[in-house]
Amino acid sequence: MSSVTFSEDDPHALGGLGGEGGHGSAAARVWPGPAPKRIVTGYGFWIFILSDIIMFSAFFATYAVLVGATAGGPTGRQIFDLRDVAIETGLLLASSFTCGMATIAADERNVIWFQLAMAVTGALGLGFLALEAKEFAGLVAQGAGPTRSAFLSAFFTLVGCHGLHVSAGILWLLTMMAQVFAKGFRADIQRRILCFALFWHALDIIWIAVFTIVYLLGSAA
Amino acid sequence: MLGKLSWSAIPLDQPLPMISSGVVALGLVAVLAWVVIKGHLPYLWREWITSVDHKRIGVMYTLLAMVMLLRGFTDAIMMRLQQSLAFHSQGFLPPEHYDQVFSAHGTIMIFFVAMPFMIGLMNFVVPLQLGVRDVAFPTLNSVGFWLTATGALLVNISLLVGEFARTGWLPYPPLSELAYSPGVGVDYYCWALEISGVGTLVAGINLVTTVLKMRTRGMSYLRMPMYCWTTLATNLLIVAAFPILTATLAMLLLDRYLGFHFFTNEAGGNMMMFMNLIWAWGHPEVYILVLPAFGIFSEVISTFSGKPLFGYRSMVIATMAICILSFMVWLHHFFTMGAGADVNAVFGIATMIIAVPTGVKVFNWLFTLYGGRIRFTTPLLWSIGFMVTFIIGGMTGVLLAVPPADFILHNSLFLVAHFHNVIIGGVLFGAFAGYTYWFPKAFGFRLHEGLGKAAFWCWLIGFYVAFMPLYVLGLDGMTRRMQHYDVPGWRPWLIVAAVGAGLILCGIVLQIVQLAVSIRQREQLRDETGDPWDGRSLEWATASPPPAFNFAVLPDVSGLDAYWGIKSRARQQTEADQGPEYRAIEMPRNSPTGFVCAFFATVMGFALIWHIWWMVAAGALGALATFVVFAWRDEDEEIIPAEEVARIDRGHRAQLSAAHQKEAA
Repeated sequence: MSSVTFSEDDPHALGGLGGEGGHGSAAARVWPGPAPKRIVTGYGFWIFILSDIIMFSAFFATYAVLVGATAGGPTGRQIFDLRDVAIETGLLLASSFTCGMATIAADERNVIWFQLAMAVTGALGLGFLALEAKEFAGLVAQGAGPTRSAFLSAFFTLVGCHGLHVSAGILWLLTMMAQVFAKGFRADIQRRILCFALFWHALDIIWIAVFTIVYLLGSAA
Repeated sequence: MLGKLSWSAIPLDQPLPMISSGVVALGLVAVLAWVVIKGHLPYLWREWITSVDHKRIGVMYTLLAMVMLLRGFTDAIMMRLQQSLAFHSQGFLPPEHYDQVFSAHGTIMIFFVAMPFMIGLMNFVVPLQLGVRDVAFPTLNSVGFWLTATGALLVNISLLVGEFARTGWLPYPPLSELAYSPGVGVDYYCWALEISGVGTLVAGINLVTTVLKMRTRGMSYLRMPMYCWTTLATNLLIVAAFPILTATLAMLLLDRYLGFHFFTNEAGGNMMMFMNLIWAWGHPEVYILVLPAFGIFSEVISTFSGKPLFGYRSMVIATMAICILSFMVWLHHFFTMGAGADVNAVFGIATMIIAVPTGVKVFNWLFTLYGGRIRFTTPLLWSIGFMVTFIIGGMTGVLLAVPPADFILHNSLFLVAHFHNVIIGGVLFGAFAGYTYWFPKAFGFRLHEGLGKAAFWCWLIGFYVAFMPLYVLGLDGMTRRMQHYDVPGWRPWLIVAAVGAGLILCGIVLQIVQLAVSIRQREQLRDETGDPWDGRSLEWATASPPPAFNFAVLPDVSGLDAYWGIKSRARQQTEADQGPEYRAIEMPRNSPTGFVCAFFATVMGFALIWHIWWMVAAGALGALATFVVFAWRDEDEEIIPAEEVARIDRGHRAQLSAAHQKEAA
């Protein structure tokens, strides 16, 4: 093996590599073995969120390519209503706050506050979806539906994909409320609450990108 | 009620698909009948279908891959026959059927042979090499496998009900748009891949988390076996690339189902965006397939040279470099798009740069062999065959990376020869090396060596006879996917290629015979020590087949080649067979979630293909309900008591010392 000797203490440092004869694991800090379940679950879910963000990035890239391909149809500036979008943003950001409250309540094992905070989170999410549905229905009614142009296809898909995620999030939220109601704060349910919270906050991050790239830039140009 | 589905969907007037699907259906019915009559169904359900054990799931993945290999190879034989016959004639496959055959061949070989083979081996081996009891998410692992099986099933259903895509293994628009492919073929393709893609993503997340968070005590990153490193790189690529495929196919489906305009000819659609997106997934996919094979060769070459892997660290760096570089070269798949000389030059050079880390790997393998005590077993033969073949394939790849040369060779048989050269010579040889190498670990007996070697030589020679002519044909200007032709000079080469395919067929037959003979002679081929090859990593430290919990006590790792270290030390310590202190072990409980979920996914996929909307809703509801029921269960683990662990482990130790005494005597 290599004659380079690094510190063996840190399992992450280059050179956690012992020679064939083995230096033995006399060092105080070696890799301690499989991580606890909560860490593993949260970590795996982060990886999922990363992959989900990559999927969104494909839709974002497509949108960026097609944003000028209006085929004689309306452009973003003609159809975006920033007032409603601002309200949507407010609702979603507020829901992230209440979702954080739900996480704290779950850590404190306080059922009433948990259910309350989750209910408000769900209600805010539904409000967001209602506004988005109103926007979509309005666009389709004025002949600016997704089949009108490549730009509108990309717009509906990107924003709609986020909306689908929020809908799935609300379904998940309801099952979490039901699980806590029926089973209490069991360890596995706590882990699921952690994942749900990560998911919900990630949707916020994606919405910020949608808000900026689609609506703000689209209205300015 | 049944959407687009009617009796006309079944090609009663075409003998070929009817006969072949009849044979497949008969085979399925026969197997099912045998299982039911013999009373194996409860066993299968309990021990395999609902299993969340990574070893069982790995075996099922591999089995799926091998069965699908037969299907994909049948398509290959049909194509080679067609092209050797279709000189100035129509051959025996009409164009619309021939187009489905080459599309199905590519789709099946990549998504349902190479992918499940690699994921199956990783699933089986990696937790054992890391010295742990299971993957990070055992139930999700089962879901992932069954969703992959769903995709494979949908592709095969298309043989009998409806048709498959005629658009090649990647459905380029505008040909794949509704205007030019109005049938259900492209829909079969898209939904099969959307569903199995979810399964692959789940497997990727699972294995990344396993490698990063589930290693046994003392196993720091640079003590991991090389195969774990390539697994990490591969699954990072899966996590980063497969969502792009999902998004791209979703856009194509939106075009086809709801009249969107992503890739259409009209209303501003941009079909070149499809090429960019699909290859942003597709090029990393190439490395998703070949990196685990590189890992297998590293393990095999090191074991059968009796030496540690040469240049372990440079191998790690090369692997991670390939992992990153693979995302920066996608445009070389369409130099002819007309992106301009500068863009083409950048991507051409980037492509050639990938040859550098790959070259590092080849030299490391050579230096591992150099000066080693080499044992020429079947896995090592596959590895050496790989090195020779893959270098040729790699060099033709560098040739194709030169944009001006690519303008001549684009979409020619030269390209077809190149990617078969790297995929068969790299991925498939790697899969077979891994299959032979780890088979005794999975089943407790080795595969027959003589038949294995015979199969290897048939494959190797068959490969060269089948694909070297295609290089010549490509240089002679023959394009890919030709149903018939009228250039007399091509014909002899195509006949030679068909003979090569016949030789490969002999190889496959020999592999089937090898499996059957090995099962019959399993007592002579028995592996009693759990370490049939004098291995170096932890999977050889436990019994063959390993107990459900893999290790009675999690091993403590203090260096690279962990098991080799343990063995060397054990020779010095005589009191090594004093058993450790056993504790009860918690293992995840079996669950039908994966199977049931995949059942609903199949229903939903089929209904989507045929526009049966009520059935789509039913399938979606069923899948959701499955997860809610799963979330509701109260006990997700079962406990194996300490006495049981002790009994199993002492049994293995007794067997081990008996084997050692026999060896000494």
